[in-house]
Amino acid sequence: MRSASRILSLTILGFAIVAVGLGITSPVQAGEVPMPNPAKAFKGEQCVEPNDVMRRDHMEFLKHQRDETLREGIRGQKYSLNACIDCHAVTSPDVAGGKVRTLKPFCAECHSYAAVSIDCFQCHSGAAQPGMGKQSALNPESMPADHDAKAMIAALESHLKKGADQ
Amino acid sequence: MSDKTMNTVDTSRRNILKGGAAAAVVTLAPGVTLRTVEAAVTGPATSAKRWGMLIDANAPEGVWDLAVEACKTEQGWGPEANKSGKANDSTDPQWIRKVSVKDPKTGAKATLPVMCQHCANPPCVDVCPTGASMKREDGIVLVDKHICIGCRYCMMACPYSCRSFVHEDVKGQKPHMPRGKGTVEACTMCVHRVDKGQKPACVEALNKAGSDAIMFGDLNDPNSDISRAVSQYVTQRIRADLGVDPGVHYRGI
Repeated sequence: MRSASRILSLTILGFAIVAVGLGITSPVQAGEVPMPNPAKAFKGEQCVEPNDVMRRDHMEFLKHQRDETLREGIRGQKYSLNACIDCHAVTSPDVAGGKVRTLKPFCAECHSYAAVSIDCFQCHSGAAQPGMGKQSALNPESMPADHDAKAMIAALESHLKKGADQ
Repeated sequence: MSDKTMNTVDTSRRNILKGGAAAAVVTLAPGVTLRTVEAAVTGPATSAKRWGMLIDANAPEGVWDLAVEACKTEQGWGPEANKSGKANDSTDPQWIRKVSVKDPKTGAKATLPVMCQHCANPPCVDVCPTGASMKREDGIVLVDKHICIGCRYCMMACPYSCRSFVHEDVKGQKPHMPRGKGTVEACTMCVHRVDKGQKPACVEALNKAGSDAIMFGDLNDPNSDISRAVSQYVTQRIRADLGVDPGVHYRGI
């Protein structure tokens, strides 16, 4: 009898917790911090990875590649802060009176919401400059020799044919 | 598939879709195209090369000012880069500087530029507590400012006093050369240019002015201009007695 009443009380407590949980996930209420709304990319429609991957893992990509670039001398890889700047730098009235595109306001949109304290822009200028995206993975100018592309197309097409046969 | 092995065409469909070394537009079906793009990847640096310089101190003194100015312009250092806008001679960084020497016995004088000597056994790397001070496989000595804590131990250890500490907030950093207060910096032998197959900015500036007072090249390649020159002429390295094996050679001191 005693254990039955305990189960009942636990159940009521459980409902109470669920109810509180629902209250938290309800739409934004007055006084809450608004959701971040980063600006659309200055150029390009598709980032180097899907948006959800970039949102979660961009810091890993950048950290990994910065070490390879600086310490090993590997250049021209897919993820680069300069490529971020080339596409995502935005004008902001706080920076140079809105005359220069910089990446900082774009990053700060989410970083301030999530209380992320890392700041690349104590050293990296973050300002877009002509020719900056030349090593960007999305820049057609940086595409390598044509024969590589043709070999890849051939390999891919043979693969697709195999799939059609099965 | 790691980015290092991207030069081979992999027959795995997944890897092809993830991206290879090539750029391609593939038509999967009418109206449906798949576009994979990847910039040309270069590197890593290997110990097959040993980048070095040969500096001719017999060159007319004025050329060294050209070299110093070219370095400032390329890397974005100097009093103009101080956010305060004020020059501070005692603390402003010096990546390369003009030094005049005189033999007191003979009175012989020479003027030469001194910058990071890119030692094969760099004392700055030995003493760094975080591993920020590092030597690339190809002999270029750098500071990884991402993990530099600004302790300045490397500056104490450098026999050539070639490293500088950034004391002030700076502005106008170049995309290839981030700089910030609280880190140590020095000549990078223009590693961003060398990796693209170009010469360091100081060498290029002198060449444009018709001078070959600074020669740059691969000391490991017996057929390079610099290797021929160091085998042909008597050259010195500053404080060769220390055994740090600098990559910068001098003539005429």
